[in-house]
Amino acid sequence: MTIPLLDVQHLSVDFATRNGTVRAIDDISLVVGKGETLGIVGESGSGKSVTSYAVMRILDRAGRIAGGRITYGGMALHKARERDMRDIRGREISMVFQNPRAALNPIRRIGQQVADVLVQHSQATRGNAREKAVEMLRAVKIRDPEQRYDAYPFELSGGMCQRVVIAIALACRPRLLIADEPTTGLDVTTQKAVMDLIVDLTREYDMSTILITHDLGLAAAYCDRLVVMEKGRIVEANGSAELFHGAREAYTRQLLQATPRIDSEVRDLLPAALRATAMPLPETHDVGEPLLTVKGLKKQFGKPGADNGHLAVQDLSFTIREGESLGLVGESGCGKSTTSAMVMRLLDTTGGAIEFLGEDIAAIPAAKFAAHPLRGKLQMVFQDPTDSLNPRWSAAQSIGDPLQRLASHMNRQQREARILELAALVGLPVNLLDRFPHQLSGGQKARVGIARAIALDPRLLILDEPTAALDVSVQAIVLNLLEDLKHRLGMSYLFISHDLNVVRLLCDRIMVMQNGAIVEEGNARQLLAAPATDYTRTLLAAIPHPPQAAAND
Amino acid sequence: MTSMTPGSTVASATAPTRPRSSYWSHLKYVMSENPVTGLAFGLFALIILAALFGPYLVPHDPLATGVGAALQPPSLAHWFGTDHLGRDVFSRVVVATRLDLLISVSAVAISFVVGSVIGSLAGYFGGWTDRITGRLVDTIMAFPLFVLAMGIVAAAGNTVENIVYATAIINLPFYARMARAEVSIRRNVGYVQAARLSGNSELRVLFGHIFPNIMPPMMVQISLNMGWAILNAAGLSFIGLGVQPPSPEWGIMVAEGANFIISGEWWLVIFPGLALMLAVFTFNLIGDGLRDLVDPQRRT
Amino acid sequence: MSLALKARKVGLRLLEAIPTVIGILVVCFLLTRALPGDPAAYFAGPMADAESIEQVRRNLGLDQPLPVQFVNYVTDLLTGNLGMAISTGQPVVAELATRLPASLELTLGALLLSFLIAVPLGVMAATRPNTWVDHLCRFLVTAGVSLPTFFTGLALMYIFYYLLGWAPAPMGRIDMMYLPPETVTGFYTIDTLIAGDWETFRAAIAQMALPLITLALFTLAPIARMTRAAMLQTLGSEFVRTARAAGLNGRRVLVTYAFRNALLPVVTTLGMVFSFLLGANVLVEKVFAWPGIGSFAVEALVVSDYAAVQGFVLSMALLFVLLNLLIDVIYTLIDPRVGEES
Repeated sequence: MTIPLLDVQHLSVDFATRNGTVRAIDDISLVVGKGETLGIVGESGSGKSVTSYAVMRILDRAGRIAGGRITYGGMALHKARERDMRDIRGREISMVFQNPRAALNPIRRIGQQVADVLVQHSQATRGNAREKAVEMLRAVKIRDPEQRYDAYPFELSGGMCQRVVIAIALACRPRLLIADEPTTGLDVTTQKAVMDLIVDLTREYDMSTILITHDLGLAAAYCDRLVVMEKGRIVEANGSAELFHGAREAYTRQLLQATPRIDSEVRDLLPAALRATAMPLPETHDVGEPLLTVKGLKKQFGKPGADNGHLAVQDLSFTIREGESLGLVGESGCGKSTTSAMVMRLLDTTGGAIEFLGEDIAAIPAAKFAAHPLRGKLQMVFQDPTDSLNPRWSAAQSIGDPLQRLASHMNRQQREARILELAALVGLPVNLLDRFPHQLSGGQKARVGIARAIALDPRLLILDEPTAALDVSVQAIVLNLLEDLKHRLGMSYLFISHDLNVVRLLCDRIMVMQNGAIVEEGNARQLLAAPATDYTRTLLAAIPHPPQAAAND
Repeated sequence: MTSMTPGSTVASATAPTRPRSSYWSHLKYVMSENPVTGLAFGLFALIILAALFGPYLVPHDPLATGVGAALQPPSLAHWFGTDHLGRDVFSRVVVATRLDLLISVSAVAISFVVGSVIGSLAGYFGGWTDRITGRLVDTIMAFPLFVLAMGIVAAAGNTVENIVYATAIINLPFYARMARAEVSIRRNVGYVQAARLSGNSELRVLFGHIFPNIMPPMMVQISLNMGWAILNAAGLSFIGLGVQPPSPEWGIMVAEGANFIISGEWWLVIFPGLALMLAVFTFNLIGDGLRDLVDPQRRT
Repeated sequence: MSLALKARKVGLRLLEAIPTVIGILVVCFLLTRALPGDPAAYFAGPMADAESIEQVRRNLGLDQPLPVQFVNYVTDLLTGNLGMAISTGQPVVAELATRLPASLELTLGALLLSFLIAVPLGVMAATRPNTWVDHLCRFLVTAGVSLPTFFTGLALMYIFYYLLGWAPAPMGRIDMMYLPPETVTGFYTIDTLIAGDWETFRAAIAQMALPLITLALFTLAPIARMTRAAMLQTLGSEFVRTARAAGLNGRRVLVTYAFRNALLPVVTTLGMVFSFLLGANVLVEKVFAWPGIGSFAVEALVVSDYAAVQGFVLSMALLFVLLNLLIDVIYTLIDPRVGEES
C-alpha cells in the first residue's frame, strides 16, 4: 500500500446520555490509501456511521472524541480547529448521506446548493458559480442540467436527489469521499446506477472512498478492502475477496452466512449451531387445490372515471394453490403494495374478482370485511415490526387481539393457553409476553407480529416485505421461522418484496411486477436462471455481485 | 412446545408491572432533570387544596364588608390588605380559586370531549366528515378567539354558564385539530392495519387502538389549555362579562382594584393578579413537564 | 418558479378566503339572533309597548324568514350599515373607522417589538442550548404566556407611573399638553414624523410605551417558543448536516440553511399570535384608556349596546382574515412547495 491518505489510530468516541457516558466507538484503527475504496460493514448500532462523523468532526453535541488520532494527509483532524475543519470538509473530505431527499435543503434550488459549496471553497466566483454548478450536475448525469439547476428537491425523484448530493460532495474535487449508506431506501436498479456513478466519478477524479453499509454483498462488490464492525469495535479487516471467502472471525462468518447469495438456500443463512437443530425441510412438497384466484384485478386512484386517475394496478390475474408460496417482486411504485392491500381486503378494488376459498371477497367492502368469517383465514405479516405493534399494548395483548375479536368461542383460559402456544410456535420466550414493543428487540417484535398473524390459523398469509427493516442476521432467523411455520401449519404465502434474492428463498413461483402489471411469471428457479424479459434481467443484474474466489487478483 | 407453566406467565401478561415501573423511573428522571416541574406539582396541590377547602380555611367571610377599615395595606390582621368596602382581600383571593378553576375545568372538559371526538372522526374517516368538521373549526378559528368569546357572551347573556360555553367553543378547535392530525398520521400505520386484520370494527380501531395512543399529546394540550382557559375567563370578567360582583373572582377583583392603582393602593390588584398568574403558570409548567415526560425529543 | 405561477397560487389563496368570510357572516348573523329574549323588544328599548315592538320588528325585518333576514343583514353590511351606537349616537361604522388606527398602531407596534426581540432570542437559545440565553428564553416563554395582560398592564402602570413617575398619565394616545398630529395614516407615530414634529412624536411614543410593552410581553412567548423549536429542528436536520459536511461556513449554514427553513413554521404561528394579540388588545385598551375599537366595545358592553359590540366582533374578524391572508401570501412566496404536494 502507498502512503495512507487517512489514518485512524485507536479512535474512541463517547456519547453523553442520561444513563451516563456510552462508548460508541472503542479503540478502532483503520487506514485508507490513495485511490483505495474501503468498506465499513456492520449491523445497526455497530458504530459505523459514528466513525465517519468523527472523521468529519460533525458529531452532534452529545458526542466527543475520547481518544486516539485521526490523521489526514499529515493533518491531525482530531484536534483541528473548527475553522480549519471547515476548509477540510467539502474540499478535502466529503460525505454522501442516506435518505437523499432529507439531505437537501427543501426550499433552496438544487443548483444553488451545489453553487454554495463551490463559492465557499473558492472554486467559483459569484459570476461563474451557476455555470460550474451546471457542469457538476451534468457530471452526475442529471439530464437538462440548465433547467434542473432551478428545481427544488421535492420536484426530483430519490435517485435524482442522491445525484445532487453526490454533486455537492464532489464539486470541489475532494480527495476522500465518505458514502454513508448512500443507496439504502433506493430501488435496486437505482442503487446500481448510483453506486456505478460513485465508482466512475471517484475513479475519474482519482479519489479514495469509504463506503459505509449494512450490506456485505454491496460492500464486497464495490470495495477493495473491508472492515467489519460490531458494537463499536473492529472485528475483522481484510481484502474484499479474502474476507468474503475466508473470514477468520465467527461474527464475520455469521454475517456472511446470513447474507443471501444467488445460490444460497434458506437454511444456509442460519449460523451452524442453529442449522444443526433446525427441522429438516421436505425435498419437495405437494401443492393442492387453488386457494386464491385473482382475476382482472384493477385499482385506480383519484376520481373514478377521471382521465387523470392513476391506474396503480391494471388487469392483474394470478392463482395461489394450497401450500404454495408465490413471490411478488417489483420496485417501489410498481403496485405490489396496492395489490396486497386489495387482496388483504384493506382497500377496495376498482374492478376484478378475488376468489378466496370459493367466495368472491372483492365484492365485500373493505370496511365490512373485519366481521367476515373469512377474515381470520386471510392474514398478513407487516413490513416494519415496530410500526406494526401498538406501542401501548403488551406482546400478549397484541397476539391475543385477533383471538378476542374473532375467536368468540374461546374463553379467557383458552385464549391464554393459545397465546402461550403461539409464543412457543414462533420461538418467543414466555417471559417477554408482558413486555411492550419498546422493550423488545427487532427480531422479537417480528416474532410477535408473526404470532398475531397466525393466531387464527390462516390459510393464506401475505408477507409484505417482512424483513426489510431488519438486520441480515435477524432476517435469516425470521425467514427460517416463516419457512418452518409454512410446513408445520400448511399455510400458503404471498411474499411481497423488492428483493429477488430474498423472495427466491421462500417461494416456489415468482411474479415480476412493473407499472401495475405482471411482466413475467414462472417457477422461481427457472425465472432466476433464465429470465425471459429485459426488466427481470435488469433487476437481476442490479443485485450486487460479490467478487468470486477465482477472480481474486 | 409446552415446557412452560401457563397460568403464572399469562396472569402477569395481563397485569404488566415492568413497564409501569419504567414509567415511574422516567417520571423521577424528568423531575430530577427539571426540578421546576416538581415545584409545579407542589403548586398544583396547593391550588387544588384552595379550591376544595378554601372557604373553610380563610379567616374572614369573603363577602362581608367592613371586617376591617377600607383600603388598608397588608398587615398581620389582613395579610393582603382590605378593599374599598373593607373586605379581606386574602379571604377573597383564596375563595376565588374554586370559581376560577370550576369555570376553566368545565370549559376544558367540554372542549376536550367534543373536540377530540369530532377531530378523531374527521381524521379517521376523512371525506365529508372531515370537510364539515374542518369548516366548523375553520369558522371558529376565523375569529380572534377572545373577541369571539366576547361576542358569544354578549349575545347569549351575561352569565357564568355562558362564560363556560364561550370558553369551551373557543378552545374546541385546538383539540379538534390536534386529534385530527394525530389520528390521521396513524390511520394507516402497521398496528392499525393489523388491528383491522384482527377483526376490529372501524370504530373499535379508532377508539380502542388509535385513541389511547394520541392521549399523551392530548394531555399536554389539556394542561397548557387550562392555563389559557383561566386567563380567558378572568379576562372576560375583567371587562364586566360573566361573573358579577360581589362574587370573589380574580378577574373582577383586578378590575375593581384597577381604579385604585394610580392612587397607589397596589394590593387590590397585585394579590388577585399574582394568584391568577401563579395558577396559569402552574398549569403551563405542568404542561411543559408532561411534554418532556411524553416526548423527550420534542422538548422546547 | 415563474412569477405567473406564484401569482396564480396567491390568487387561489385569496379565493379560499371567501368561504371563511361567509362563515364569519353567518356566525355574526346568528349572534344578532341569539340575543337574550326578543331582539325586537331589545332594540325597541325598555320603555316600548307591544305596538312599537311590532313596529321595530317590521322595521328590522325580524318578521321575515331567517334566510331573507340573512340577505338583508348582508345587504346592510355591504352598504356599510352596522346600526347606531347608543352611547355616542354615531353610526357604528364611523365610530369603528375613527378608532381603528389607534388599535392598529398598538397591535402592529407590539407585534413588531416582540418579533424583534423574540426571533433573535429564539435563535440564540437554539444555537446555545443549556446556556443562560436558553434558560432565559425558556423562562420568558413560560412566564410570558402565563401573564394576564390586564394585570401586567396595571403592574407596569403602578411601577412606571405611580412609583417612578417615568410614564405619562395612562389616558389616551397622547398627553393633553400636545395636539394630535394631522391625520395622514392615523398612526400618531408616523403622522408626527411626516409632520416633522419630533416633540409630539416623543410624546406619542411615551404614551404608547407601556401598553406596547404589555402587549409585546404577551406575544413574545409564542414567537420565541416557535423560533427556538423550529431552529432546533432545522439545526438537527439532515440537510444542515449535509451543509456542514460540505464545509459551508457557520453563517451560511445558520442563515440560508437553518433559519430560512425555521422561518416557515414561525410565519405560520403568526396567525395564532394575531388571534391572541387582537384579544389581548381589548384588555390593554381598557386598562390604559386607549381610544381604540377595543375600549369602544368594552364601553358598549357596559351599556348593553349590542349593535356596537357586533360591529366590533365583525370588524375584528374581517381584520383577522385580512392578516391571515397576508401571512399566507408571504408563506406562499417563501415556500416553493406550497400547492405542489400531490
